[in-house]
Amino acid sequence: MILHQVEALAAAGVTDIVLAVNYRPDVMVAHLKKYEEQYNVKITFSVENEPLGTAGPLKLAEEILGKDDTPFFVLNSDVVCDYPFQQLANFHKSHNDEGTIVVTKVEEPSKYGVVVHKPSHPSKIDRFVEKPVEFVGNRINAGIYILNPSILKRIELRPTSIEQETFPAMVRDDQLHSFDLEGFWMDVGQPKDFLSGTCLFLSSLTKKGSKLLTPATEAFVHGGNVMIDPSAKIGSNCRIGPNVTIGPNVVIGDGVRIQRSVVLEGSRIKDHAWIKSTIVGWHGTVGKWARLENVTVMGDDVTIADEVYVNGGSILPHKTIKANIDVPAIIM
Amino acid sequence: MATKAVILVGGSQRGTRFRPLSLDLPKPLFEVAGHPIIWHCLAALTKIEVKEVLVIGYYDEYIFRDFIRDSSKEFPQFTIKYLREYEPLGTAGGLYHFRDNILKGAPKRFFVLNADVCCSFPLKEMLQLSDDREADAVILGTRVSNEAASSFGCIVSDPATKRVLHYVEKPESHISNLINCGVYLFDTSVISRINRARVIKTERKQTDPLYDPSDDTGSADVLRLEQDILGALADDKSFYVYETRDFWRQIKTAGSAVPANALYLQKAHQSASEDLAAASLNIIPPVYIHPTAKVDPTAKLGPNVSIGPRAIIGPGARVKESIVLEDAEIKHDACVLYSIVGWNAKIGAWARVEGTPISVTQHSTTVLKNGVKVQSVTILAKDCIVQDEIRVQNCVCLPYKELKRDVSNEVIM
Repeated sequence: MILHQVEALAAAGVTDIVLAVNYRPDVMVAHLKKYEEQYNVKITFSVENEPLGTAGPLKLAEEILGKDDTPFFVLNSDVVCDYPFQQLANFHKSHNDEGTIVVTKVEEPSKYGVVVHKPSHPSKIDRFVEKPVEFVGNRINAGIYILNPSILKRIELRPTSIEQETFPAMVRDDQLHSFDLEGFWMDVGQPKDFLSGTCLFLSSLTKKGSKLLTPATEAFVHGGNVMIDPSAKIGSNCRIGPNVTIGPNVVIGDGVRIQRSVVLEGSRIKDHAWIKSTIVGWHGTVGKWARLENVTVMGDDVTIADEVYVNGGSILPHKTIKANIDVPAIIM
Repeated sequence: MATKAVILVGGSQRGTRFRPLSLDLPKPLFEVAGHPIIWHCLAALTKIEVKEVLVIGYYDEYIFRDFIRDSSKEFPQFTIKYLREYEPLGTAGGLYHFRDNILKGAPKRFFVLNADVCCSFPLKEMLQLSDDREADAVILGTRVSNEAASSFGCIVSDPATKRVLHYVEKPESHISNLINCGVYLFDTSVISRINRARVIKTERKQTDPLYDPSDDTGSADVLRLEQDILGALADDKSFYVYETRDFWRQIKTAGSAVPANALYLQKAHQSASEDLAAASLNIIPPVYIHPTAKVDPTAKLGPNVSIGPRAIIGPGARVKESIVLEDAEIKHDACVLYSIVGWNAKIGAWARVEGTPISVTQHSTTVLKNGVKVQSVTILAKDCIVQDEIRVQNCVCLPYKELKRDVSNEVIM
């Protein structure tokens, strides 16, 4: 997921990327370092020893972000969209103020924090209203910003929120603008949203005619939006798609049906299994004639026995499931 | 010594609990392990010396015509005759009504088999016990759990002599866990015992102040073995019980056909019957496949599966603990577990039709799901269609329904 962001940033001319992490940094480092060369960017890891909120990590990385006076992008990693970095940078340069936040239109603004503009200005932000009861606008913070290094002076090195402290201060000084996002946007922090986000992302790749997608001329591809790693093996008489990604070294048996799912690296799906709206974790095994659906999430190295049905199970790593899970449950 | 046999088949007003499978076919003709339920009774009777089998019920004659014609050829050792009651007379009433047919040829004893039981029918052993004790009556009994016992006829017996001391049908309190299996061996003198009981019942109706005529639903001749005769026989001191340790199951609800199918298949498997499909990578025995059925070699079947005439099982399909009836079709990669797939029903590709396994000691065919009783077995009646990739769990689906969405724990009208 984060790789899509790295790729889009590199394409927009970004040369330094700071990843602010506090969870399993070793895993992240091992995974991402190899891409530095491929995309010709320098990736630095800024590890928080204690969680610093959404603004604190920026202060922590002040040395890199503030090394010259060119603006920097800030991205929440669990946001998936058509990243508009180039247009965003151009727009930011044109207004000469300290910051620009990307906003997206939503149908139900009452669930989010809504951005309200100044009546006299098309982009300048007047205030934020958290979970509004009455309609005040339908644009919300999309979790992507471009900011001038000068804003680092506004942040103290302590747990602090960019949305609740830094941005309101910038609004008071008339320094914050919004930029409308075209196309899809999705916060994929939850597995359910992760699957929806994958669907949106794959659709957008299809629209762009991306070469990453498996061509629909393959007999097993059904309904398009299918991305299969070249190292994965697919059996005969399978029907895969729409909206499926299959990771490296995955082995899929005969007569397997997969739709709206993500199958991660090294997993094995045995013959005649049926999988929908499911995340098959790394090195997982799904038995013959098993049926997984309704946002089933398999952790690392989970095994589902032959003929077992799982309805919305969140299964923790290294478990073996031998009996049906009829109603959504967390399996410890 | 000449012995006759009576098979009680009931009538179309009965067997309602076997719906939706009895809507199109009388229950005794429903096929388990590749043969009609009543066929298994006949097969058991070939193991002993029986010259005549009387099938008593109140279905129209034509219903059993083909079956009796075919069975007469298959079992030339006895003649088979259907005797129709014109109104339900009860299990004992029917025996009394057709007493002349039973007594013709002066047999000493006769068997009475309820068609709705599934068991190994240890008839030889019952004859032996009858000889040893010079018994007027021998009943087949089996032990069940204490909780299950009160839904059956309960027998109290002398452990040493096996004499029946007391018999009570479906008691409210716990009496015994030895229950009536619905298989009897009677001396012909029992016919006159039934007559005596009939007279007593008629007299009681006239004199008993507690008798409420509105309780009486059938004809005055209605007499039931279980309620009206067996208790009295126990008082006569010549009534014995043969206790089977082999399998026994009642075939009441449609779902009970699945365990009955499994038990008869296992019995056939143990006796190395040539009826069954040979074991292989994709056949886990016991499995019965009708010679006209088409099963793809990549489909995996068993254990305890019966596939009916002209049924089609597609590539990569999975069928386990299930009955697939005539002309049904299961498409590729579909999965059918603990279910009955009705006549001409169609199951789409990657569909999953599933019941819940129940333990072998359980005599009920319902399971509790979220506090609600549901059928453990999924039943698709005649001409039902399950679309591709649809899931059906613990449902009873009435004829001609098409399932286009996932369903569970429902009766689909």
